[in-house]
Amino acid sequence: MSTRIQSGGRLIDRSRKIGFTFNGQRLTGHPGDTLASALLGSGQVLMGRSFKYHRPRGPVGAGSEEPNALMGLGQGAHFEPNQRATVAELHDGLAATSQNHWPSLDMDVGALNAAMSRFFPAGFYYKTFMAPRSAWKHVFEPVIRKAAGLGKAPTQPDADRYEYFYAYVDVLVVGGGMAGLQAALEAGRAGARVLLLEQTAHLGGRLLSDEVEIDGQPSDIWLAAAVAELQGMDNVTIRTRMMGAGVYDHGYVTGYERLTDHLENATGPRHRLWRIRTDRIVTATGAIERPLSFAGNDVPGVMLAAALRDYVTLYGVTPGDRTVVVTNNDDAYRTAIALKLAGLEVPVILDARDAAIGPLPRQARDLGIRVEVGKGVASVKGGKKVEAVEICSQAGEGTVLETIPCDAVAMSGGWSPVVHLWSHCGGKLVWDVDQAHFRPDASRPPTDHNGAGYVITAGSASGALLSGDAMQDAAAAGRRAAAEVGFIPSEGDAPTAMAEPEEPVQPVWMMPAGASYKLRSKAFLDFQNDVKVSDVQLAAQEGFESVEHAKRYTTLGMATDQGKLSNINGLAVLADSLGTTIPQVGTTTFRPPYTPISMGAIAGEARGAIFKPTRKSPIDGWHDENDAVWEPVADWRRPYTYRRAGETTEQAVHREIRNTRTNVGLLDASTLGKILVKGPDAAKFLDLIYTNMMSSLKPGRCRYGLMCTENGFLFDDGVVVRLSEDSFLCHTTSGGSDGVHAWMEEWLQTEWWDLEVFTSNVTEQFAQVAVVGPKARQLLESLGGMDVSKEALSFMGYAEGELGGIPARVFRISFSGELSYEIGVPASYGRAFWDMLLEKGAALGVMPYGTEALHVMRAEKGFIMIGDETDGTVTPHDLALGWAVSKKKEDFIGKRALQRPDMIRADRKQLVGLATEDPATVLPDGAHAVAGVNEYGDPKTIGHVTSTYFSPTMERSIAMALIDGGAGRMGEVLEFPVGKDSVIRATVVDPVFYDKAGERQDV
Amino acid sequence: MLRLTCPVCGATGEETEFHAGGEAHLKRFGPGSTDEDFRDYLFQRQNPRGVHFERWRHQYGCGKWFHVARCTQTLEVFGSYTAQTSTVPDHIQSAIKARRPDWEPAQ
Amino acid sequence: MKRYSAFAIAREAFRHHTGWERAWRSPQPKAEYDVVIVGAGGHGLATAYYLAKNHGITNVAVVEKGWLGGGNTGRNTTIIRSNYLQPSSMAIFEKSRGLYEDLSQDLNYNIMFSPRGVMMLAQTEHELRAWKRTAHANRIAGIESEMVTPQQIQEMIPIIQTAGPRYPVLGGLWQARGGSARHDAVAWGYARAASNMGVDIIQQCEVIGVDRDASGVTGIQTTKGAIRTKKLCIVVAGNSGVLADMAGFKLPVESVALQALVSEPIKPALDCVVMANTVHGYMSQSDKGEMVIGGGADSFNNYTQRGSFHHLEETVRALIETFPMVSRLKMLRHWGGIVDMTGDRSPIIGTTPVPGVFINCGWGTGGFKAIPGSGWATAEMLADGAPRALAAPFALDRFTQGRMIDESVAAAVAH
Repeated sequence: MSTRIQSGGRLIDRSRKIGFTFNGQRLTGHPGDTLASALLGSGQVLMGRSFKYHRPRGPVGAGSEEPNALMGLGQGAHFEPNQRATVAELHDGLAATSQNHWPSLDMDVGALNAAMSRFFPAGFYYKTFMAPRSAWKHVFEPVIRKAAGLGKAPTQPDADRYEYFYAYVDVLVVGGGMAGLQAALEAGRAGARVLLLEQTAHLGGRLLSDEVEIDGQPSDIWLAAAVAELQGMDNVTIRTRMMGAGVYDHGYVTGYERLTDHLENATGPRHRLWRIRTDRIVTATGAIERPLSFAGNDVPGVMLAAALRDYVTLYGVTPGDRTVVVTNNDDAYRTAIALKLAGLEVPVILDARDAAIGPLPRQARDLGIRVEVGKGVASVKGGKKVEAVEICSQAGEGTVLETIPCDAVAMSGGWSPVVHLWSHCGGKLVWDVDQAHFRPDASRPPTDHNGAGYVITAGSASGALLSGDAMQDAAAAGRRAAAEVGFIPSEGDAPTAMAEPEEPVQPVWMMPAGASYKLRSKAFLDFQNDVKVSDVQLAAQEGFESVEHAKRYTTLGMATDQGKLSNINGLAVLADSLGTTIPQVGTTTFRPPYTPISMGAIAGEARGAIFKPTRKSPIDGWHDENDAVWEPVADWRRPYTYRRAGETTEQAVHREIRNTRTNVGLLDASTLGKILVKGPDAAKFLDLIYTNMMSSLKPGRCRYGLMCTENGFLFDDGVVVRLSEDSFLCHTTSGGSDGVHAWMEEWLQTEWWDLEVFTSNVTEQFAQVAVVGPKARQLLESLGGMDVSKEALSFMGYAEGELGGIPARVFRISFSGELSYEIGVPASYGRAFWDMLLEKGAALGVMPYGTEALHVMRAEKGFIMIGDETDGTVTPHDLALGWAVSKKKEDFIGKRALQRPDMIRADRKQLVGLATEDPATVLPDGAHAVAGVNEYGDPKTIGHVTSTYFSPTMERSIAMALIDGGAGRMGEVLEFPVGKDSVIRATVVDPVFYDKAGERQDV
Repeated sequence: MLRLTCPVCGATGEETEFHAGGEAHLKRFGPGSTDEDFRDYLFQRQNPRGVHFERWRHQYGCGKWFHVARCTQTLEVFGSYTAQTSTVPDHIQSAIKARRPDWEPAQ
Repeated sequence: MKRYSAFAIAREAFRHHTGWERAWRSPQPKAEYDVVIVGAGGHGLATAYYLAKNHGITNVAVVEKGWLGGGNTGRNTTIIRSNYLQPSSMAIFEKSRGLYEDLSQDLNYNIMFSPRGVMMLAQTEHELRAWKRTAHANRIAGIESEMVTPQQIQEMIPIIQTAGPRYPVLGGLWQARGGSARHDAVAWGYARAASNMGVDIIQQCEVIGVDRDASGVTGIQTTKGAIRTKKLCIVVAGNSGVLADMAGFKLPVESVALQALVSEPIKPALDCVVMANTVHGYMSQSDKGEMVIGGGADSFNNYTQRGSFHHLEETVRALIETFPMVSRLKMLRHWGGIVDMTGDRSPIIGTTPVPGVFINCGWGTGGFKAIPGSGWATAEMLADGAPRALAAPFALDRFTQGRMIDESVAAAVAH
């Protein structure tokens, strides 16, 4: 049975015990254990259920490639599903729960699927569940959804923190095994800035399990020296528990560092997403052992041979006392030898090859282990654990020659280099016939911004599976990387690594070669998704011949391990079914990340209030202290209204409007964009940017201006002030300042670079306050300072001076129709100026107002609002703003577009006012008017409401709308269907509802 | 995640420091042009699978616009150059030719 | 063609599934076809299917340089909705959505159309007004969509956070009969049904030239030889410009990479499709349990099917803001698809300057939902030689006329 053995376990600290729970059961392990090793040590091989058939599963691997042993870890706001027990480091108090079963791991009703599996071949769901029509959504889909999925969904907001790190290095080495360390040593010694990543907590890779001789000494000695030397180099950084997640264009790499998952009650960020820029990447990512495809290869207790060896050597645990080893290569003999030396039984090694003559088989035989060549597994017996293995000839159809009781099986189908990082950005692969795997084709690497290959593989990731070759390859990779980034690497001999020589692998894609359907339908390729040999064969039979089709039809390789164990075996079965070769079938694309990474890490720190920084005006603090109801406006926040105790929002808005129209109101207009345009050609330039003529504007005067895109559509507006002969201040909308500034620069730099003009976005340099209402002048005069009389500063005039001792730019412009001054003061004076206005204005009834009052008052005056009356399809003419489109200018942005056939149609939508028949009825936002039937047989819409309010000033509803040929429809009554049987009727009127003559603003 | 070099300030930076501005060297057609010429200027694009001349702005840097010659298939960058030109400079053409001998400038 | 059914599966189960036929034939190209469609993605295959089914035109070839359904059809986030703003958009997307309702039965292939509802969140006052306007337009056009309150949204989507500190949810536009479908199955189902009616789907056949004479198109040159035809339809998202260039005209199209990602599978937690445009994120949960997440597009021309990682960061950040539990899921994989963006971000279906050559392209980020409607309208156009009402507004000449079909006017993104 699975248990902790007496010897071995170099990574664990046997002197201490730590407690954890599994499905609520209290268990113990040792520091250094993974969750999987601790469970095996506690007699627990069964760790999960598969996705489709809910078959019982134990770990098949010991590392990040694990498809089976997925668990929910943590609790409450720290719960996370689908974590691999094989890489989760044990800590005190760890709470683990197994997944995808009901009611329990041992007794899972979903396992009925397995009994019925003959009815659920690949893609069965495409062929049924079609009748009746509604049944898919209401019956079948809910059942499938409930059965599918793996772990439970987290329910609480994440309690942990995450962060980003940035690194710029010359050479990034991914993988801290022998090859990665040697490559880092070479690049580091040459002087390159090196970052070395190792996804586990330990450096050394397979050297920790499989000791070799390096330069005549045990590899532990070399390992310690190599690590010490690297740690001593200032130009080398080593990070463990950090995975190279994805390789992107131009040498961009994401690294995923797990900082606290292995700690109890840790503080600080949980994960760190590193964004690394590097010139060269050395991938020393090793190789992954392949399973063998025999019936029952998924029974708990069947493991990859090297994984089983790792459990024994690194953690001192074993899934069983009697382990049958089945292989097609020499490496798996190391597992048999390790087991034997640990005092465990190995009843037989089944070697599918015709002969086993190398030193490793010899050593196994010398230890008294029975070796059977040309043999394989016909079937593994057992349900929730291995009970026996039926032996057959590899060459035959599976006739059982002998049944051998055992409780574990170690399988090895050969090794495949980890090529993911090489492939992420387009590195190509080549089929290596001798080693029966795809390896990177060094002649076709991913290329960088210079067109140069920027990923170099090292060691077994290159396909150099034997230690001696791997060391040479790694040294060369490190030297090449250093040389390519401008350093002079060593030319001396690389260390010599020596391990037992190995005889070649013999590809075995199905065991036995002539397996019957019954066996093939129990031989799993993709463990998590339950894809069997028979499924891939069915896909080929049905014409899913491309590897992408077969993958998607069967779901092979689409599980959370992304096919790390299944890809090559699946390709081989597909190739065989199609009567072609593996390289002709090709591989699927490798997508980042290498293994799944937390969304939390991807998002980093930007969450909650700092999800997106809020732009605040210099007066923001006052609003916040005085009941502002906030509204996000572009990146700013602005007071929608200031709601007093006992008021509704609407009441507050109406109060602000009435007060502004009778006394005086204050608006914080600081968010309005302000762009300074200066230079000898400034006027000429603005003539091109605006539809209006700006060159005729006199210094000291203001003009309302419109900007169109080159496509002829209105996109921003605002008041332009001529500060002096060669300088203009251009106001923009609050959301438009950055865009308009960029727009001006784009034209200046890329089209009219002969113009001598400079622009500067001074939006945040000024606080701006609109002082609005009949008593506005009175209020300003009470501050003392510059003359703001009608004579000194007429409507649309501009003057600069001091108000209450504060330097001020005063613009006599009005967006409300009232007597109005907009006053710009240096941002640092903003709050003081605001406070002064409130203090001095108290006697006049001064009252701040928010954006909604602003909106209603401008609508009462028929002024358009960018974003309400415009939507990217509206021209100035559509809005009856033709007066602001110069006919004299030869050119401006949008002029040519406005001459196209569709832009001069008489029946375009045009701005009108609307008066509802019932003055108390307010048209809903966006309501459409209809008349007749359109080409699709639906009621024809002839326009829509763009702004609609109840006007406290007019004491009735008011609205603006864009209506087909609206200018010619004055007095017409339109119908707005606003609900199922509800129609609002409204008369087309002039959009200026209030003070048509404009007398109030010009006083 | 491209890495680009601004020829104005000389800084090499992340793609996120820059803003892409579409095909370069478009000839602007204004008032007086035909509807077809105006459409071509505004909408029709080379959109090549290969060498592309394009506009970028060093948005979070010096703020300047510049041009880049880049392969849309491999993302290889052949060079960046001033935006104040209506033709591809010789040294950029040579750089492209050096790595794409079959390349011919589009008409 | 043998019909698919539960009975057929049961029958096959007892003979080891040896009786299943090829889903589609694998023919060699004939010398001439009445219609040749370039591109065996969803749109091309649907066009072929409706040509055969609705118009009786079966002497049709669909040529594909790779494998059918291998482009954007199999790389998108499978959102189906029709709550657009402009009448022409509403018409074609609602036609499409309606066809999806019965598509499994029509094709005898379970494409898993799941009308689980699409929720488009409003997170600014401006967006709220835009959705209200859209809801009015939809109702008048006979499309069922409605505005819902934050409280209703919270009840329908328990994992959502409606009161986020930065962009609280102010309301939503809900289309109950929107949803999703299994993308590969749409391509495979159309391919099987079209092939069964006589359409030749020729995979691994790249077009290398377009033949024409003074009267118009005469055929194409391919890696499997020359094929004659008088009607050629180019339906090759991501390659439209390249094919148009071969045929001798230009398009108002640029190709960019669009990002998508999926999480590891979890048990059901999200029952509808949610789109949050202000923060640029949209998400649904597949039947397998993966959270399927759409991200942003690069703004530079790109044919690499990769794209930029920073879009993912923005998208995931936005989703965590909207669905805090997402923070504790893991990203399983991400990828890019090459989408053709037109000058107004609406598609092009129409004739071209070359007589006999027709184009269907420019679906941008929203092509999947349009497959049936687009195929239907394109088949009408190929049969008649000129577009009917569904396709007519999407003609190429709108870029000359200035007659834009701009869906972004309502702050909508076209996903």
